[in-house]
Order: sequence, then structure tokens, then C-alpha cells
Amino acid sequence: MSAYLTELTLAHFLTLGAILFSLSVAGIFLNRKNVIILLMAIELMLLAVNMNFVAFSRFHGNADGQVFVFFILTVAAAEAAIGLAILVVLFRNRNTINVAELDDLKG
Amino acid sequence: MTASDLFIALPELFILVMACLIMLIDLYLPENRRGMVSFISVLTLLFAGIMVMRWQAVDSSTAQYAFNGTFVRDRMADVLKVFCFIVLGAVFVYAKHYLRVFKLMCGEYYVLSLFLLLGAMVLISAASLLTVYLGLELISLSSYALVALNRDDRRGAEAAMKYFILGSLASGLLLYGMSMLYGVTGSLSLSDIAASVAIAGDNVMLVFALVFVVVGIAFKLGAVPFHMWVPDVYHGAPAAVTMLIGSVPKLAAFAMAIRLLDNGLVPMQGDWMAMLTVLAALSIIVGNLVAIAQTNLKRMLAYSTISHMGFLLLGVLAGTAQGYSAAMFYAITYAIMSTGAFAVLIMLSKSGIEAENLDDYKGLNQRNPLLAALMLMLMFSMAGIPVFVGFFAKWLVIQAILDVGLLWLAVVAVVFSVIGSFYYLRVVKLMYFDEPETTDKVTAPADFRFVLTVNGVAQLLMGIFANALIALCVASF
Repeated sequence: MSAYLTELTLAHFLTLGAILFSLSVAGIFLNRKNVIILLMAIELMLLAVNMNFVAFSRFHGNADGQVFVFFILTVAAAEAAIGLAILVVLFRNRNTINVAELDDLKG
Repeated sequence: MTASDLFIALPELFILVMACLIMLIDLYLPENRRGMVSFISVLTLLFAGIMVMRWQAVDSSTAQYAFNGTFVRDRMADVLKVFCFIVLGAVFVYAKHYLRVFKLMCGEYYVLSLFLLLGAMVLISAASLLTVYLGLELISLSSYALVALNRDDRRGAEAAMKYFILGSLASGLLLYGMSMLYGVTGSLSLSDIAASVAIAGDNVMLVFALVFVVVGIAFKLGAVPFHMWVPDVYHGAPAAVTMLIGSVPKLAAFAMAIRLLDNGLVPMQGDWMAMLTVLAALSIIVGNLVAIAQTNLKRMLAYSTISHMGFLLLGVLAGTAQGYSAAMFYAITYAIMSTGAFAVLIMLSKSGIEAENLDDYKGLNQRNPLLAALMLMLMFSMAGIPVFVGFFAKWLVIQAILDVGLLWLAVVAVVFSVIGSFYYLRVVKLMYFDEPETTDKVTAPADFRFVLTVNGVAQLLMGIFANALIALCVASF
């Protein structure tokens, strides 16, 4: 068995990070139904980045990347709060959270 | 952390404390005394400005680092911060009138604006990827909330949602690029990154990271093809918020481009120059062409912003000190111009109805000659007609790209700025040569009219005395 299959290396973590990141970007662009799924995709994107930072931090043996992750987690929490607040305002005003129906503004 | 660290970041700390204090004061103020909040906010800006300027008098132009090299205070940071204060001060005066007329008078606008300013200041002074990210997010989060300020407005909610999704996507892309940069260089400090990148030479992963970073910057500036949020947000947000988003964050976005691309990735200049060239050319072309088709002034100004950001990128992509100072001059003058244009829009707005349609400007000269004259100066300046400051801004960036041999790009810029002057001049034509649809008097409080007059006349004076501001920008690089 090759080392790639028996050991966990940096490449594995980066691949996982890239897959999660691609999933989240696809989630944002393909989703036409529900705004909540967009919010979930954004959270996933930040987590993919965190995965990268932690893996690199371990690889380089310095803690900078892990500190960055703490900041990203904190900001992500604030971002989720604001996103959900906007979602509530949106639903109150329009009675829908369907992405395709957000079409008042165009041109 | 030492006392000198705190001293270097004193203006930021002051803004932070004042924003928290204003939040508290607002809680205990009775409904009819809310104007106080505006007054205190303007005073805060004044004192913060004095702090920044005094430091400059004490110390020479060498860069000073604080907090383990994550925060830098140099000439560019100081100049940009002072202009942030000036522009935001004007925005506060205009916004007070708007918030009163639209019955939105609340402390939140001022508190969130001050937090946005704090984010801008951190971003302007960023010397590490961490401070870039935190400053950027503070700006973004405050502006998402501000766009939804009018809770009962369908369009405001939609604009806020769109802004939130696209803005978060942009932050995510930027972060992914940052993680790659950290992976290759093993450091978050921008100067260390520059040193490592210079040694690493050609590296696929670095180019990969650079693409994400440039996309993040383009999103925040609103450059084509990452401009989708700009028209919707400009259109859907309350005019006072649109005015804010068009001013301070643009200065911060310029600083972000300089910090990341010049301070952090200067060894890859060839790569990012090529990327920015495409972004700049597309922004100038699409922005100017689509703006012609707009009948809504807010949307028209949104597309005009896109084209102006294209011009700003011209200066950045030149990659020379001359180019950077030209871009900085552009950013500063643009922030002042767009604030003035939105102020005219606010002054014409009546309770509950924003004067956002071009037809609202018909015959403005007969209703209020002074306001029409000010709008004329602002529009001429945006179009880049000589003597007005907008002309010198365009002239400097075009000069900068000519010096690095990008003749075709200069030709594109000039041709499309001539095409673009059509929609600015259309506003002037409506104001002076059409009959007004109503004869209502256009009025605003004295402080509003005073600041707006200064703002409009400044377009002319800054054009005539452009050398002082140009010298200030040149000294920053």
C-alpha cells in the first residue's frame, strides 16, 4: 500500500478543505430555493478555510494559523447572527425566503 | 503589548470607546433629543482627526509598527484616515436630515457607522493578513446591518440579503486565498510574506492564492465581473446608507488593495498586473455603458461607481509609486464627489419618497438654482471635465498607465469616459433645460445646506488647487 493510503498527510487535509470549499461555492450558485441553505453554504466555506489554516499551521509548526482560526470562528458567529437577523427581516417583509423571488431590484 | 502600542493605535481606540459610549447615550436620550447623537458623533470624528494629525506633527513619515507587527501607522494610513473622518463627518450631517425626514432617527445608524469607520481604520493600518480580515469583516458586517436599517422596507431587506450573501462569499474566497498564502510562506505578516514570496519565485500555489486574493479585492471594490451586488445595494439601501457605502469603504478598499498587493505580494507584480488590467478595462466599459440605460439615479450612480473603481484600479495596476498616489487621489476625490451627489438626492427627497428617478431632477434650476449649480459641479467633476477635480483624478491615473506603456488601456479609458459623460450631462440637461413637474420648494436645515455648498464648491477649488492634495498623496508612497 502506498504511503498516501496509510498515512494522513498535509495533502489529505488540503484535499478535504478544497472539497468542502467547492461544495459550498456550488451550494451558493446552484441553490435557487432557500436562503437558509445559502447561509449554511457560507458557514461551510469558512470551515473549509479553517481546515486549511489548521493543517498548514500543523505543517509549519507555528501557531499563527490556529490563532487565525479562532478569529474566523468568532467572526463567523457574528456573521451568522447578522445573516439570520436579515433573514427574519426579509421574511417579515415578503413572506418568503425563496431565492428566486428576490427580484424587486434589477436593471 | 506595550504602552507605545496603545499610543500608536490611539485614534482607533478612541473611536471604539466613543462608539460604545454613543450606544449607551442613545439609550437614555428622549426621542426629541436624538439629534445630540449626531452632534457627538461629529465631535468624535473631529477629535480623532486631531489625534491622527498631532501624531504626524510629532513624528516623521517613517512607518511605526504595533501589536507584534500586525498594525502599522504610516503616511498613507494617516492621510486616508483623515479623509475618512472628513467624508464621514459630511455624511453624518446629511444623514441627520435624511433620518429625520424618513422617521428613522435612531442611534444605530451612528453607532454602526462608527464601527464601520473603525473597521476601515484597522484595514487601512493593516500589516498582517489577520488585521486585513478583521478590518474588512468589521466594515462588511456593519454595512450589512445598515442596508437593512429601514426594517419595513421590502427593497432594503432584499438588498441586505443579496449584499450579505455576496459579501460573505467574497470574504470566504479572500480567506481561502489567505490560507494558501499562509501555507506557502508560513507567516501572516505582510512584510514576511513579501520576503518569502520573493525567495519562492514561480510557484503554482502562489498564483492560485493570488487569484483568490484579487477576486476578494475586486468584490469589495465592486469591479466587473464581481459587481453584481453594487447596483442592487445602492438602489435598495436607504440613501443615507448608500452615501456611506459609497464613501469610507471605498477608501478602505483602496488601502486593502495596496496593503495586500503592494506590501504583501509585490514580487508577483507581473501576475496581478495582468489580472487587474482585465478587471479595470471591463469595469470601465461595462460601468459606463450600462449606466446610460438607467432611469434611476441611485442605480446610475451605482454603475458610475463601478466605472470609477475601474479607473482607480488603473492607478493600482500601474504598480509604481506614481500610480499608487494617483489611485489614492482618485479614491479620495471620488469619495467626496459621490457623497455630494447623494446629498443632493437626499435634499430633494420628501417624506417617504426618495428623489431617485431622473425625472425628479427636471427643472431643478427653477426650483432651487443653488442646488442645481452644486449638482452641476458634482456631475461635471464625475464626468471628468477640466478644471473640476475629477478631471485631474482621471488625468493622473491615465498618466500613470501611460508611463508603464499600457497605451491601449489608456485609449479604452479615455473613450469610455467620454461615452460616460453622456449620462452625467443628461442630469445637467434635465436640471437646466426641462420644465419642472412640481413647484415645491426644496429646503433643508442650515448645516445641511452649508456642508453641501462646501462639498460642491470643493469640486472646483480642489481642481484649481489640486497640487496640494496631489503632493499629499505623492508623499504617502
